[in-house]
Amino acid sequence: MGAPVQHGLTEHSHGAGVPLQIRSDRLRSSSVADFPEITKQQDLWRYLDADQLKGLDADVLAEYSEQVSFSGPAGVDFEWILSSAAPVGSIGLPEDRVSAAGYTNASKTLLVKIADELNSSEEIKISVHGDSTSASALHVFISAGKFSNTTLIIEHTGLGVLSENVEIAVAAEAKLNLVTLQNWDKGSAHVSAHFAKLERNSYLKHTVASFGGDLVRVTPIATFSGPGAEVELNGVYFAEAGQHLENRPFVDHAAPNCKSRVTYKGALQGEKAHTVWIGDVLIRAIAEGTDTYELNRNLLLTDGTRADSVPNLEIETGEIEGAGHASASGRFDDEHLFYLQARGITPDEARRLVVLGFLVEVIQKTGIPTLVDSLTSLLEEKLNRN
Amino acid sequence: MSILQVKNLHVSVDTDQGAKEILRGVDLTIRSGEIHAVMGPNGSGKSTLAYSIAGHPKYTVTDGEILLDGENVLEMSVDERARAGLFLAMQYPVEIPGVSVSNFLRTAKTAVTGEAPALRTWIKDVREAMDNLKIDSTFSERNVNEGFSGGEKKRHEILQLELLKPRFAILDETDSGLDVDALKIVSEGVNRAHAASDLGVLLITHYTRILRYIKPDFVHVFVAGKIAEEGGPELADRLEAEGYDRYVKA
Ligand SMILES: Nc1ncnc2c1ncn2[C@@H]1O[C@H](COP(=O)(O)OP(=O)(O)OP(=O)(O)O)[C@@H](O)[C@H]1O
Ligand SMILES: [Mg+2]
Repeated sequence: MGAPVQHGLTEHSHGAGVPLQIRSDRLRSSSVADFPEITKQQDLWRYLDADQLKGLDADVLAEYSEQVSFSGPAGVDFEWILSSAAPVGSIGLPEDRVSAAGYTNASKTLLVKIADELNSSEEIKISVHGDSTSASALHVFISAGKFSNTTLIIEHTGLGVLSENVEIAVAAEAKLNLVTLQNWDKGSAHVSAHFAKLERNSYLKHTVASFGGDLVRVTPIATFSGPGAEVELNGVYFAEAGQHLENRPFVDHAAPNCKSRVTYKGALQGEKAHTVWIGDVLIRAIAEGTDTYELNRNLLLTDGTRADSVPNLEIETGEIEGAGHASASGRFDDEHLFYLQARGITPDEARRLVVLGFLVEVIQKTGIPTLVDSLTSLLEEKLNRN
Repeated sequence: MSILQVKNLHVSVDTDQGAKEILRGVDLTIRSGEIHAVMGPNGSGKSTLAYSIAGHPKYTVTDGEILLDGENVLEMSVDERARAGLFLAMQYPVEIPGVSVSNFLRTAKTAVTGEAPALRTWIKDVREAMDNLKIDSTFSERNVNEGFSGGEKKRHEILQLELLKPRFAILDETDSGLDVDALKIVSEGVNRAHAASDLGVLLITHYTRILRYIKPDFVHVFVAGKIAEEGGPELADRLEAEGYDRYVKA
């Protein structure tokens, strides 16, 4: 018999030697004009060509509120408010040009208010469904009240070109389980910035699941503003031929005794499938007792794929509990395949088993069984395509 | 009644300096129910023989044949060999991230028998087999071999042997790294499988200790890529006393 199908490894970069941009010094502004025209020379955009943005870097974008529907249990209020009104902008301001374009051009903001002490297992759902390629802007503000405990899913489907800003206020002692699912049609581009602020003893589980879309770039930023809070930033992605899926999680330890875990896993299959993961963690001088770990793993399933993976850790205090990172991109392991085949499992099934296991683990962390089921079938479909 | 025949097997591996021959004409016949022990110095090619029978892609067969009831094993893929009834308990079982033991066992059983096992009996069978091997039930939900200790990995190999019920099992140093109790537990597992389905066993080992629990019918001395001598159980004792000196010099 021939060797089990193995595919070449392409590029993989690691944090070592990459100059750190001091994350805390980065420009923050809601004005597009404050950011230069996008070029590959800028660190923030070095993995993309400007034309992949399909016009999202323009000065003027269309509104997107018509494309949004929502539902949720009693105790959750939805309201479109003027973006000039409070609390819009209180949690985070854009850190790049596309985010600024989205910010300025979304005249209304969807405010999702989760009542204090609301404890509900019924999911809060925001469905964003696109039907054109005109570059558009959307702003969402989620406020999880004190002692609330809820799950919220933002789902993106259809054909869309969208710059999205999501502000997430997690009040003291609140627990929020948030999933943003990107399953756009071919031809779509989506650049999304999430700004989360965690107050005292709060907990945010944040999951980015990106599968469909020519370009999907998500920048989740979690800032601790009170002690004793915990964030989990998880991500899972599957890039196929020609897709560019980028994730730039950032945890800002700006308060003492907080804990963060960043776990992103992805698989790549097909010519020019490209993924980028830039994981930044900043531990400020005040953030004594910080405990942080970030991890990114990529599985290169075929030739011609490319996974860039760069963890950055910036530490301004010595008094921390723990700080670590790991990053690895590799191909399918020969020995894994052999072991499974030696138990009678066909090479296709073995490959399916390993890839699914690898990715589904992240989805399982959401603890949402319906999501695990639907994304497992979605992944199975993608794997069968190869 | 089945028969596994290895005839004049020559195997090489690719190295930077070109192909290197490791097996130099191995002849071995195992029938159902027989237990064969293979002993030999480090690097003599025992694992190579085991892997070659299982079909590891790293090894190239340059001459000879392997037949299972007259069927040409060398023409079968790795998974076909397993489905035909060959089983290899590996010297160094690999960790498979993201694949749970329970999912793995069920998938393997389904592959080997050609149909999914009836859920109720399967769960019972697995639990019973795990109990017998003193494997804690929490292992079902752990990923295959991930974070298992050396001894736990070996017990997990025997668990698969008992559940998959092959016709022939090759055990590559399954006894290495086991403590006294684990050695007994694992040996009992092999003996159970042997008794239950008339399993033929090829037991690769460095120590006669395991042969106190698993009684071999034949002992083969493996030196420099082939079998240098064959005998009964008494040969193992002589090897333990005298070492391999006289074969290596010869
Ligand atoms: N890729 C390789 N390149 C060079 N030599 C190799 C390669 N693979 C195996 N060998 C050599 O083949 C020989 C046989 O190895 P094998 O693992 O079969 O020995 P073994 O009898 O199982 O030894 P042990 O008792 O230590 O397990 C060894 O000398 C080993 O170094
Ligand atoms: Mg060996």
